Amino acid sequence: MSAHAALAGVSRVYPGGDGRAPLHALGPIDLALRPGEFFAVVGPSGCGKSTLLEVLAGLAPASEGTVTFEGSPVAGAVPEGVGVVFQEDASFPWANVYDNVAFGLQGSGLDRSEIDARVRSALAFMGLRDFASAYPAQLSGGMRQRVCIARTLVLKPRLILLDEPFGALDAQTRLLMGDEVLRLWRETGATVLLITHALDEAAMLADRVGVMSARPGRFIDVVETGWPRERDSRLAERPDFGALVARLWSSLRVESIKALGHT
Amino acid sequence: MTRVGWLRLGIIGGAIGLLEILCRAGAIKKVTMVPPSDMVLALGQLLAKGELLDDIGRTLSSVAIAGAIAVAGGILLGIGLHALPRFRRAVEPMLASWYAVPFFIFYPLLVGIFGLSDAPIIVVAVLFAIVAMIVNTLNGLDRVTPVLRKVARVHRLNAPDTVRRILLPAIAPHLLTGFKLATAYSFIGVIASEFILSTSGLGFAIAHAYNNFETRKMYALMLLIIVLVTAINTALFMWEQRLLRRRFNR
Amino acid sequence: MNPAIARHLDFLLVGIGLLAIWQGLFLWIGETGISSPLQTIRHLGALAERQMFWTHAWATLDAFLRSLLIAAVGGIVIGLWLGIGKVAGQVAEPILVALYSLPKVTLYPVILLIFGLGLSAKVAFGAIHGIIPVILFTMSAVRTIRPVLIKTAKVMRLSPAKTAWRVLMPAALPEIVTGLRIGFSLTLLGVLIGEMFASQAGLGFMVINAIGLNDTETMMAVTVLMIVLAGIANVLLLALDHRLHRRAG
Repeated sequence: MSAHAALAGVSRVYPGGDGRAPLHALGPIDLALRPGEFFAVVGPSGCGKSTLLEVLAGLAPASEGTVTFEGSPVAGAVPEGVGVVFQEDASFPWANVYDNVAFGLQGSGLDRSEIDARVRSALAFMGLRDFASAYPAQLSGGMRQRVCIARTLVLKPRLILLDEPFGALDAQTRLLMGDEVLRLWRETGATVLLITHALDEAAMLADRVGVMSARPGRFIDVVETGWPRERDSRLAERPDFGALVARLWSSLRVESIKALGHT
Repeated sequence: MTRVGWLRLGIIGGAIGLLEILCRAGAIKKVTMVPPSDMVLALGQLLAKGELLDDIGRTLSSVAIAGAIAVAGGILLGIGLHALPRFRRAVEPMLASWYAVPFFIFYPLLVGIFGLSDAPIIVVAVLFAIVAMIVNTLNGLDRVTPVLRKVARVHRLNAPDTVRRILLPAIAPHLLTGFKLATAYSFIGVIASEFILSTSGLGFAIAHAYNNFETRKMYALMLLIIVLVTAINTALFMWEQRLLRRRFNR
Repeated sequence: MNPAIARHLDFLLVGIGLLAIWQGLFLWIGETGISSPLQTIRHLGALAERQMFWTHAWATLDAFLRSLLIAAVGGIVIGLWLGIGKVAGQVAEPILVALYSLPKVTLYPVILLIFGLGLSAKVAFGAIHGIIPVILFTMSAVRTIRPVLIKTAKVMRLSPAKTAWRVLMPAALPEIVTGLRIGFSLTLLGVLIGEMFASQAGLGFMVINAIGLNDTETMMAVTVLMIVLAGIANVLLLALDHRLHRRAG
């Protein structure tokens, strides 16, 4: 089975300058995402998790190695079919929820009724139906993040990259948003890569969890969770869930201590 | 209206009333100032006669042209400067010192270049107004969160679309501040130029009335300018409030 | 290359570019409209040897310093008052903002009618230009002072005057300096406009008079002198401004 998206020998070095030394942020890293899988990346802060996502998305260049999506090299631009949801609030404060979600479809050549149908269904899917004419400032942080997910969803991405999308939310909201993401993943059939620093989140959502080392980040462990495709946050009640989190933590603990020393 | 609003209205009304009483009682001489009620009356008469319409039209069209050039040019130059950080660093001290330069001093020079037409007036007003627009555009662009630029790239927008669909809407509050200042400065630039050295326009009409001891007419014209400028400022202010309310939910 | 040197070099290049544009304009328009950079400098030297020039320069400086003193002291005192008194500030702010965007030049005749031709009219006109930004900046600075500082003053039982002088002023100083910088520019603008209209003395008068006499060289020399002096003063104030803001964090 060929990979849906892959990193081969990828590393990223931020060039120095103005008296600063170059910073080796990431890699070298190999990663092959299977079509339709849910892959989570955990790692200590500053290990280059977000850099990994940006390189895979084509938002940042790889200093070495190759990045491919659906067999074509990714370089310099975000390929069609890739959607990204960021940790920061990226909703557009100047537009209402409907126009936020429709953003990527406007000017795409689709006719209005088709755009409307897709926006309505994305709003319904994310539970935003009653908020179509609200402005982001009137919504909570969790609702705004839903707007951003819906904005990605209408474009029918085949690879969805989530960069700590719930990092700014409270713990309960995060669990519920996790269920939403699982539902989204199941129903769209897309491949999902989730960056997170929360071990329980990774353990609950993913088919595979990659554990990264302190900077420069590499994979020190990749764990198959073995969960069924139909699953939700009630997984957290199972005893083998605790064992999984414990295993991830034992891999990560030493690296987290190292990262603490760096900063 | 709020208590503060009523208080403000009361103070303004009280000041006008006091002026009225002082003028009527002769404490302020008639050659110095006419009573406010008489200013209104005089303005009504002037407008009814229609002799001012040319001057008003001339001033307003100069302000509109200068304002439009300053706003459009300021946004474009702001975007350009933002894209060229090194050049920007070099000219930034100039932008910061811009309003230290008494611009009307250029007016005579421009008359020498363009002759005694509307052009030098418009150029002075543009010079005066454009930097407010540039500075506010730059301020706005500096505060655009990096994630919005990433969103533009994820949506695979080209540079013009990124500016049109993301950057300009994102900095709209800053653009509006610039627009407000540019409008006010265009007014100041046009009227001050007319006042000092011109043969037409509202500014000239005031200077002319002053020189010919037509105190009543002079005050009527001042009232007209104050009313015009305040009305435009108020309209812009309300527009801004609406935009901000929507964007920041207050 | 050292970034500091590169920055100065860039700045120098911009200056050279401006001189080139000036020279280009001169070549394009010709002697009747504008004088060249070299001519202007030379003429400025010639002017400096004449007593008349210094009389006018002194008249401008005298009026400017008096206006600035009024604008600065008056502006800070009124600004502190409006900043401390919440209601007074809320009432006054929109009025001040409206006054700020009014073309004040139209009010000059009123000032002339009240003060008569001469120094006091110029000073009054300069001061009303400069005082508004000083008030507005001082007021907003006082409003944004951290409440804990004011509580501290209360705990130490400072009198209102002492609170203003020893706590509010220093805490608000960076913003006040920004206001003073803008007030400085506008005061100069007011004085010069005053001199250009209905005056017999000062550099503004010299410029207007030179136009009447078709004396392009004098007009340009005085114009450039004013711009350079205003620019230098502003750069110095800007440096002070940045330093205070950096210190305040």
